[in-house]
Amino acid sequence: MPEKVIDRQAVGKEAAPQGAAPARRRFREKFGRGALPYLLLLPALLAELLIHLVPMVTGIVMAFKQLTQFFIRDWSSAPWSGLDNFKVALEFNAPVGKALLHSFWVTCMFTVLSVGLSWLIGVTASVFTQDAFRGRGLLRAAFMLPYALPVFAAVITWSFMFQRDTGLINHVLHDQLHLTSDKPFWLIGDNSFWALLTVSVWKSWPFAFLTLTAGLQNIPRELYEAAALDGAGVWQQIRRITLPSLRPVNLVLVLVLFLWTFNDFNTPFVLFGKSAPQAADLISIHIYQSSFITWNFGQGSAMSVLLLLFLLLVTAVYLFATNRRRGDAE
Amino acid sequence: MRTHRISAALALTAAIVLTASACGGGDSGGGSNSSPKTLTYWASNQGSSLENDKQVLEPELKKFEQQTGIKVNLEVIPWSDLLNRILAATASGQGPDVLNIGNTWSASLQATGALLPFDQATFDKIGGKDRFLESTIASAGAKGKDPAAVPLYSMAYGLYYNKKLFQAAGIANPPATWEELVQDGKKLTGGDKYGLAIEGGNVSENVHHAFTLGMQHGTGFYDASGKPQFDSPEAVAAVKQYVDFIANDKIAAPGNAEYAANQSVTDFATGKAAMLMWQSAGANLKSHGMNPDDYGVVPVPAPAGATGDKATTSMVAGINMAVFKNTKNLDGALNFVKFMTSDEEQKTLNGTYGSLPPVKAAQSDAAFATPELQTLAGVLQKSAAPLPQVPTESQFETLIGTAVKNLLASAAAGKPVTEATVKDELSKAQQQMPAS
Repeated sequence: MPEKVIDRQAVGKEAAPQGAAPARRRFREKFGRGALPYLLLLPALLAELLIHLVPMVTGIVMAFKQLTQFFIRDWSSAPWSGLDNFKVALEFNAPVGKALLHSFWVTCMFTVLSVGLSWLIGVTASVFTQDAFRGRGLLRAAFMLPYALPVFAAVITWSFMFQRDTGLINHVLHDQLHLTSDKPFWLIGDNSFWALLTVSVWKSWPFAFLTLTAGLQNIPRELYEAAALDGAGVWQQIRRITLPSLRPVNLVLVLVLFLWTFNDFNTPFVLFGKSAPQAADLISIHIYQSSFITWNFGQGSAMSVLLLLFLLLVTAVYLFATNRRRGDAE
Repeated sequence: MRTHRISAALALTAAIVLTASACGGGDSGGGSNSSPKTLTYWASNQGSSLENDKQVLEPELKKFEQQTGIKVNLEVIPWSDLLNRILAATASGQGPDVLNIGNTWSASLQATGALLPFDQATFDKIGGKDRFLESTIASAGAKGKDPAAVPLYSMAYGLYYNKKLFQAAGIANPPATWEELVQDGKKLTGGDKYGLAIEGGNVSENVHHAFTLGMQHGTGFYDASGKPQFDSPEAVAAVKQYVDFIANDKIAAPGNAEYAANQSVTDFATGKAAMLMWQSAGANLKSHGMNPDDYGVVPVPAPAGATGDKATTSMVAGINMAVFKNTKNLDGALNFVKFMTSDEEQKTLNGTYGSLPPVKAAQSDAAFATPELQTLAGVLQKSAAPLPQVPTESQFETLIGTAVKNLLASAAAGKPVTEATVKDELSKAQQQMPAS
């Protein structure tokens, strides 16, 4: 950091006309040598403060208030409720806590499956398109399509396709292939979990594909050639060369996918509307229900804070564990 | 270095706290007349599209501008956003001057204190309270309090039936009791046709029917002191009766359980279902190509010989008009409410939207003399009850509506629906209500 600053100042000195130098010296004396970078950062810092930190802190403060419809008009007048909101949320024998816990497990299952499948499909597709062949560019572009579509439009289309009586999915499964004896429901009941998972994987695997394709470009060709000379088959090459070389990419990719999927609000909201079916009651929708629809914003905030803590914990453990393993390997 | 970091952290915290406290809460002051030349009006979506609403309302707003010199900035807001927008406006204090609200939200929004109460003096400014139908005033706020809004458009549920399909099945008269409805429904069900269409994925529709049936069984889902009674035996019976249309009577298609985009209206209009319980469906049916001659409208069935509350056949449905308390143009806002509830505008607007005027004098107009609207006007006068006007009404709508949706979903999937499963679901809803 300091070297860079000195560099920039040196450049400035060369380029600036002589007359400006005393003024700049006075400025520097006044603010000290280290002030300039901070001064330059100030707008960004203010923006960060306003856009990120203030809403976050406001949310955390709200979690400690009894902020219901009676107080939203002037929420500084809402009574402090201490840890009550958290207690209600964490009392897993009572209905509110039980529902939250259920929603938490659903979200965990959903996230593990969605991230796992997205990664698997992404890595398979990127390995298969690693070697050049006719139409590879076209295929790659087609793979990226779900990522390029606006979420809302894409998910609405899925919701039409999942309709029981008129949807495409049942038309194919039931009318064409005769796989099911009766038309199943996808948007209500237990199947809604699988519907949600399908849309989620469809939506996020192209990102895995893109990232892994980029990662593959960095693996030197010679490694494969040497391995082939030593008699390693394709599967061994993938296991011994490709996957270990992709490790740094995977570390970031899985973390990012995890955070996105765990927090995903748009997909379930567009697919199911305001009240998601039990089987697909993701935590983000659940919190929305607990605050906006029942007008208990303090409760919703408390749940959000718990979610934030959980995600922080997972991220920290993940980074710690993966860093240590990397340390061991070296 | 260390102290530097600490003081920086302290400064950051202080800055956050200051900014946060500056953001908190809206302008808690009352209204004023500091900007008398403009008004912002949030209209709900009453026509076939937001664009259609603009076309209907703009000429009327022009008229108002000519009369008073006040320019009204119109924004039509879809139903899916309206309540969230109102809540945001309430929390920030940055709201419109005049707005439409679903009449069932009246007591909930009244409790926020954001809306101007219509006391005697305020009512006098817009022409008096007794111009409005009593049942519509009752759905504009909690009992014993000054209403938080005034009624603008009124609607009621009726039973729409397809005349041709009834004739073909050899049924002479539309059903008047539930036994008759189920009987007729069974006769009309066969092949891919069903007796009844319901909007089972729509939380609001579910709760409206649960409420009407609840009243007929003797419960309003709240006791006299305003405490929720969601899982009383009467409530269980009411909800079960509704879910049974799919579960036991099998007169509604299982697929109806996921309908949430007015597919039931389409099914009725295209002859896939012979009956539909809907509020003011006429305009909607017409847009699907069904002529008023093809269908009849009667009140929703009630138990034979029922009287009083037990003879309730509909909720008081409709839209109310409210004034934000901290408006900068109080006189103009009330003037605008007076204009919109004038006999002339009531006839024009309700006539266009196919709803009923809550203003008595306007109801006698020829535009509302169609068989459909006369039936619905009768319902509104004689057998309609407002949804519970309590502060937790919106929770009630969400929780009960969702419970019914879940029950319909399991019925549609072929799982048995018994009194126990219904009670279980309703108890869950009850337990999620705030304790106080």
